[in-house]
Amino acid sequence: MTAVQTATDTILEVNDLKTYIFTRAATVKAVDGISFNLRKGETLGIVGESGCGKTMTALSLLRLVPKPAGRIVEGEIVLNGEDILQKSEDEMRDVRGRQISMILQDPQTSLNPVFTIGNQLREALGIAHKENKSSMLSRAVDALRKVNVAAPERRLDDYPHQMSGGMKQRVVGAIAMSCEPGVIIADEPTTALDVTIQLQYLRLLKEIQAETGLAIIFITHDFGVVARMCDRVAVMYAGRIIEQGEVRDIFSRPAHPYTQALINSVPKLEQSVDRLYSIDGQPPLLSNLPEGCRFAPRCPYVADQCYEAYPQSYTLNERHYADCWALDPDWQGTPIEEFVPPTGTAG
Amino acid sequence: MAAVTTSPEVTGVDTQQRTGRVTKVVRAIRELPLIPLAVLIFLLVIPAIFANQLAPHNQRIGVLDDAKLPPFWVSESFESRTVVQRADKDRLDVEIGLTNARRKVERGEATILSGGEDGTVDPGDTLRFQANKGGSMEYPLGTDKQGRDILSRIMHGARISLMVSSLAILLGGGLGTLLGMLAAYRGGKTDAIIMRIVDIKLAFPSILLALVLVAAIGAGFTTVIVVIAVLLWARYARVVRGEALAIKQQDFIDRARVSGASNSRIMMRHIFPNLVNTVVVLATLEVGHVIILESTLSFLGAGIPAPTPAWGVMVADGRDLITTAWWIFLFPCLAIVLTVLSMNLLGDWLRDKLDPKLRNV
Repeated sequence: MTAVQTATDTILEVNDLKTYIFTRAATVKAVDGISFNLRKGETLGIVGESGCGKTMTALSLLRLVPKPAGRIVEGEIVLNGEDILQKSEDEMRDVRGRQISMILQDPQTSLNPVFTIGNQLREALGIAHKENKSSMLSRAVDALRKVNVAAPERRLDDYPHQMSGGMKQRVVGAIAMSCEPGVIIADEPTTALDVTIQLQYLRLLKEIQAETGLAIIFITHDFGVVARMCDRVAVMYAGRIIEQGEVRDIFSRPAHPYTQALINSVPKLEQSVDRLYSIDGQPPLLSNLPEGCRFAPRCPYVADQCYEAYPQSYTLNERHYADCWALDPDWQGTPIEEFVPPTGTAG
Repeated sequence: MAAVTTSPEVTGVDTQQRTGRVTKVVRAIRELPLIPLAVLIFLLVIPAIFANQLAPHNQRIGVLDDAKLPPFWVSESFESRTVVQRADKDRLDVEIGLTNARRKVERGEATILSGGEDGTVDPGDTLRFQANKGGSMEYPLGTDKQGRDILSRIMHGARISLMVSSLAILLGGGLGTLLGMLAAYRGGKTDAIIMRIVDIKLAFPSILLALVLVAAIGAGFTTVIVVIAVLLWARYARVVRGEALAIKQQDFIDRARVSGASNSRIMMRHIFPNLVNTVVVLATLEVGHVIILESTLSFLGAGIPAPTPAWGVMVADGRDLITTAWWIFLFPCLAIVLTVLSMNLLGDWLRDKLDPKLRNV
C-alpha cells in the first residue's frame, strides 16, 4: 500500500475504504479500497467519470451511505485523529457540520423552499452554537457577508425561490461553513451554475480557504476546475483511485493510461478537431468487475498480466502514485508512450 | 427619461405610504374567496357557535299539531270534493263519503261551498277542504313530521357537523400524516408494513367497516368521530407518503443531514413544513367528505343517535316524505351541498395561498 505520510497537519486520512451496496441481484462495489490523506488548507480533487464512486466516497466520509442497502464494509476514516467509523450515530451528528461538511450539487434543491434563508442559516448556526437571537442574527449576516452576498440584512428575509442559482449556491456554502468545519466536501458544486458564476464561486471558495485554512475535497469531472482549484488530484476509475499526485505532475506527467486518456479528451482551444478524443468502450459495471486491472478491457497497452491481478501501486515521486502494471520495471508489454502534455488545458 | 420623473414622489411620501397600506388591505380582502367564506361563516360557524341563542325553537321536541308545516313562502292550498253516499275508493281525490263529510264540517275542517243551504251536508254538495297548511314565519323553513322546526335543527346540526368534521380530521389526518411521513422517511420494512395496512384498509368497503365498528363500540358522538378517523387516515397516509418521498429526495434533506440534524429534527423541521400545504388543503377537501360520511352513517342509523339533529339524520327522516313534504328533506341537503362546495373552493384558494412561490407575487 501507499506509504501514508502522517504529518502533524494531516486532518483527514482514509485507509483502504470499501463501501458496497448490497442489492438483491448483486453486490455493487461502489468504493473498493481507496486510500488518501488530506492536509489542512489543502484542496484534493477527485475526478472520474459518472458512476465511478466519487459521490459514494463523499457520502462514506460523512457516514451517510444510503441505508440499508449501502454499507461501509472495511477501512478507516481518521478525521482529526479519530476513526469516525468507530463512532456511534449520536457522536456522528456532532462530527457532521462541525468537523466535516458538504456542499451539494444542485443549489436549486439544497435549500428548503418553505423557509427564508435567514431561518435556515440560523438553524445551521443554532445546531452549533446555543445563543440568543440577536447574536444569531449578526452571525447569520456575517455568514452571508463572508460569501459575498450583497445587502445580507435584507436577503435574510428572502425565500430561496427569490434568489438566483449562484446566490443560492453561495448561501448553501455559507450554511456549510457556518459551523467552521475543518473539511468541506464540494460535490460538483458548480455544475448547475453558468460559467461566469462558476468562476466567481471557485474564487470565493479559494479566498475562504486562504482565510480559514479549510481543507477541501473537490469532486468534479471537469479538469479545468481541477487545474484551477486543486493542489492534488486523485483519479478514480471503477471504485478505485488509480492515480494520485500533485496537480502539476498529473497534468504534465500522467502515468496511468486512463489519466492520459482523460487529459487527452479535454478539448483544446488551439486545435480544431472534427471529433473529440474519447476512450473506447464502457467502464465496467461496479456489480460485475473484471479480474485484475479494471481498465484493462479499454487499455491500449493491455497485456495478459493485467487480467490476472489488480496492479500494485507504484511510486513515481514522493506524492505521485499510480496503479498500473506497465510501471513495473519487469513490464513485458508495450511500454507506455511518453506523454506529450497538451497545451491549453489548464484554462 | 428617468430624470424627468423624479420630483412628484418627494412631496407625498407619507400619504403614498398610507394609501399603499390601504390598497394592500383592500387587495387582500378582494383576494379572499368571499362567497365560500360567507357561506361557511353564516351557514356553519355562526349557527354552530350560537345555536342555543339563535335557534327559534327546541331542536329535539316538536309540537305535533304543527307537524309537516311548509316553509314560510308556501301558502295554504284548498281542494274541493263532492259529497256522495259512499265514496269510490279510486275517486277519493274528488269525492268524499257522507259520514266523513259531516264529521269534517262539524269539526270545522271543511266548509260547504255549494248546496247545503239547509245547513246540513247532503250528497251532491261540494265541500272545500284545506289540502295543505300554509307556512309562516314562526317556522321559516317548515317543520318535520314531529313538528320540529327545521331551521333550528339545521343550526344545531351545523354544530354537530363542525365538531365531528374538525375532530375526526384532526384525529384521522394527524394519524395519517404521521404514519405517511414515517413510512416515507424510514422506508424498508416500516414503509412496507404501514402501506400494506393502508392497502388493506382501502380494499375494505368503508361503509361495512364503519357499520362493524359502530356495532362493536356502540353508536354515539365519540364513536362517529373514531369511525370517521379510521376511515380517513389511510388516504392521508398515502398522499403524505407520496409527497414526503418526493421531498426526501431533495438535496436540502441531505444538507440537513450533512450539517448534523437528527432524524426527528429532519422530519419535523424539514419534511413536515413542506407537507403543511398538502395536509391543510387535503383537510379542507376532507371536510366535505366527512360531512357526507357523517350524513351517510346517520342515514344508515349508525351515526349520531336521535333526537340529536345531524344533517344526515334529517335527510334520512325526510326521504319517505319527498313527494308530500319536500322541505324536510331539501333543506338539510342544501346545507350539506353548500358547505361541501364552499369547503372545496376554500381548499383551492388555500392551496394557492400556502405555496411560498405564489405567496409573494
